[in-house]
Amino acid sequence: MVFRFLKWSRVAVSLIFFLLIGFLFVDFGNVFSANFMNGILFFQFIPSILKFINIVALAAVGFVVVLVLTLLFGRVYCSYLCPLGTLQDIIRVFSNRFKKRKRFRYRPPKNVLRYGFLGLTLLALLFGSFIFINLLDPYSLFGKIVSNLARPIYYTINNTGAWILEKFEVYTLFKVGLKGYSWASFGYSLVLLGLIGWLVYKYGRLYCNTVCPVGTFLGIVSRFSLFRIRLDETMCDSCGICGSNCKAQCIDTKNKAVDFSRCVGCMNCLTACPSSGVKFSLFHKRYDKTPKTIPLEPVGARRNFIKNSALITGGVLSIAGEAFSEGLNDGKIPVKREYTVTPPGSLSIRHFTQTCTACHLCVSACPTHVIQPSLFQYGISGVLQPFMDFNAHFCNFECTLCSEVCPTGAILPIELEEKKLTQLGISKFIKENCVVYTDEKDCGACSEHCPTKAVNMVFYKDRLKIPEVTKEICIGCGACEYACPTTPKSIYVDGNPIHKLAEKPKVEKIETEVNPEDDFPF
Amino acid sequence: MKRRQFIRTSLGATVAASSAIAFGNINRLFAGPAAMPNLPYDLVAVRNGEPDVMFDKAIQSLGGMESFVKQGQKVVVKPNIGWDVTPERAGNTNPDLIKRIVEHCFNAGAKEVYVFDNTCDEWSKCYKSSQIEQLAKDAGAKVVPGNSESYYQEVDIPKGVRLKKAKVHELILESDVFINVPVLKHHSSADLSIAMKNLMGIVWDRMYWHRNDLHQCIADYCTYRTPDLNVIDAYRVMMKNGPRGVSVDDVVTYKTQILATDIVAADAAAAKVFGSEPEDITYIEKAADLGVGTYNLENLNINRIKL
Repeated sequence: MVFRFLKWSRVAVSLIFFLLIGFLFVDFGNVFSANFMNGILFFQFIPSILKFINIVALAAVGFVVVLVLTLLFGRVYCSYLCPLGTLQDIIRVFSNRFKKRKRFRYRPPKNVLRYGFLGLTLLALLFGSFIFINLLDPYSLFGKIVSNLARPIYYTINNTGAWILEKFEVYTLFKVGLKGYSWASFGYSLVLLGLIGWLVYKYGRLYCNTVCPVGTFLGIVSRFSLFRIRLDETMCDSCGICGSNCKAQCIDTKNKAVDFSRCVGCMNCLTACPSSGVKFSLFHKRYDKTPKTIPLEPVGARRNFIKNSALITGGVLSIAGEAFSEGLNDGKIPVKREYTVTPPGSLSIRHFTQTCTACHLCVSACPTHVIQPSLFQYGISGVLQPFMDFNAHFCNFECTLCSEVCPTGAILPIELEEKKLTQLGISKFIKENCVVYTDEKDCGACSEHCPTKAVNMVFYKDRLKIPEVTKEICIGCGACEYACPTTPKSIYVDGNPIHKLAEKPKVEKIETEVNPEDDFPF
Repeated sequence: MKRRQFIRTSLGATVAASSAIAFGNINRLFAGPAAMPNLPYDLVAVRNGEPDVMFDKAIQSLGGMESFVKQGQKVVVKPNIGWDVTPERAGNTNPDLIKRIVEHCFNAGAKEVYVFDNTCDEWSKCYKSSQIEQLAKDAGAKVVPGNSESYYQEVDIPKGVRLKKAKVHELILESDVFINVPVLKHHSSADLSIAMKNLMGIVWDRMYWHRNDLHQCIADYCTYRTPDLNVIDAYRVMMKNGPRGVSVDDVVTYKTQILATDIVAADAAAAKVFGSEPEDITYIEKAADLGVGTYNLENLNINRIKL
């Protein structure tokens, strides 16, 4: 039967996208090429729009395809392409396994909430803040959940496998660390996953129909869809089976009406109906039978409370942590970074924070793990957007991977040679903290790691050498800061709010003639 | 065989076997440096050849790899793979030399040869760019990661002045033979990076060394255990901007190689190749003071080979 085919095709397509996208966020071996990754993420709605704004290219028209699909068939995006939607379906399947199958029933739309969330998101965007996109965009939320929750599990399984194989002297797997792992980001992802899981169990796809700005927006678009789900006046006997199978809770079987703006296009009703009463057909005015809207209950209150308290707790903890670490080091000068450092290719803090949806794909993909989720480094508005965390590691000189995988254009593609001259920030030396100054002993870890020798060791006292920064050739990769062994750091990178072009390091050919006839110098 | 006798014998065998597993190469503890044969030379220096050819000649003059590696032994070869740079940049040990050393080890009857480094740049990129991973694997070596603290075990360094403890890679502790294969290069803080400095890549927390008198810690570690053989790669030598280097313009092709069991003598000879005086390199002097070895090359029996 053709309807049965629709459901199974939905399951197949959604699982393929779910697994592929999910894998991107746990993988550390760069298994897929950047092009393939871009292909997988082609349809993700908000990233695609942002990418299109930044790079007008055919590779960024996924959102147009989604809009066309919606105008044709309604919100199929939500069931076929959105990984967060699929995650909810999977949670549903599992919750049905453990507990007696919970049946759905029609519930009126929560219009104030859903249009409220969409309105807030748009309003914030108008003021240049991505905060609601960062927190609510379904693709990015899925990314955060996988990157922050599943990735540590994946690493642990990998590391256990590596450990076992090592016992047999096989080194095909290797251990991966989680240095710089953000607990705030973990907390947010865990709370949201718990919340969504609970909503799925109680109310099906309520997140998609009440919180998700993409869902609500596509819901508006779907009011003009060509093909729609409807209950056939003559064939439908109001048995209620379709409604009890509708995870969007948008089929009012009593009145034989469907709220198509909330239909997530899962096609389950078509399969469930025993009497061909559910139709998926060309829309005609005479079919228009959207259920009457009944005022709503405030579901969001508790959710917001939990979310806010988690954020506030995180903030207080991080501030307390900083104060504590500073208090420990009397006499030394704490690092006071004026600007947070953004990844190479992100142009400026402004461009980055106004394009990034905090999906954390760069966090997962970065081979050195220098890219980590921020807390309040960009202010409240940029919460969870990634930054260059030089406590975790430093930016590899020969790498541009983050710029290749970023799905939104927050980190724009950058050629390697250009990247090597892109100044993300400038190293600043705090002599008072440096071992050479305090202990009068050689160290030079900073200069050792510097790829351009912007940090160089110069004579200080007798044979003792102390770091000196040539800021023109510094690219702000953070190698010096990462390597510095003192607490607080003696050298750190202060970000350039707008990335600059560094000068090329001076190269001079060494003119030493090596004469093969010479004797050994000993 | 009586039942009691059987039990007793098998019990003994079990204890012996399990202690062998538990304590690894317990024989090593008793063998020590005495196991080293009387070598015909204290130090061998070669020049004007390719890295593999120079090694062939040098090791031959020390009686072949058989002087160091016995049938069935486990060998660890420790190159410098610190940086994500290509061989032309001379930031890492020459990969052809590593390949040749691994081949010699197997020819001498080695059961297993391991290669690793605790790198500075991201390790998998260093392993790849240096070409050491590929060439060592081609020669049959096991190329092992050094990126996880779980590989490192704490040891005491009783004779150390500043460095009293260090976490050392288990392969260094478990292998029968340890061959140190550094590259000679300029170093912004330690002046030169050669054989002793290369041992910072077998410990986990080298930042402790930087924080607590770098030169002293480098010398201190050598009082714990020095390699059985040091092979210094001075084929391409980074003369400035070390240890990472900025471009190929930092590099001069010296086509030289130095072999010695005395790590201080090896570093002293390499320092002279570089154009420095050994006593000007603080850690060489400190190591000599601690009795690790000698930098008085006049007193040594040196084989100088020019190809």
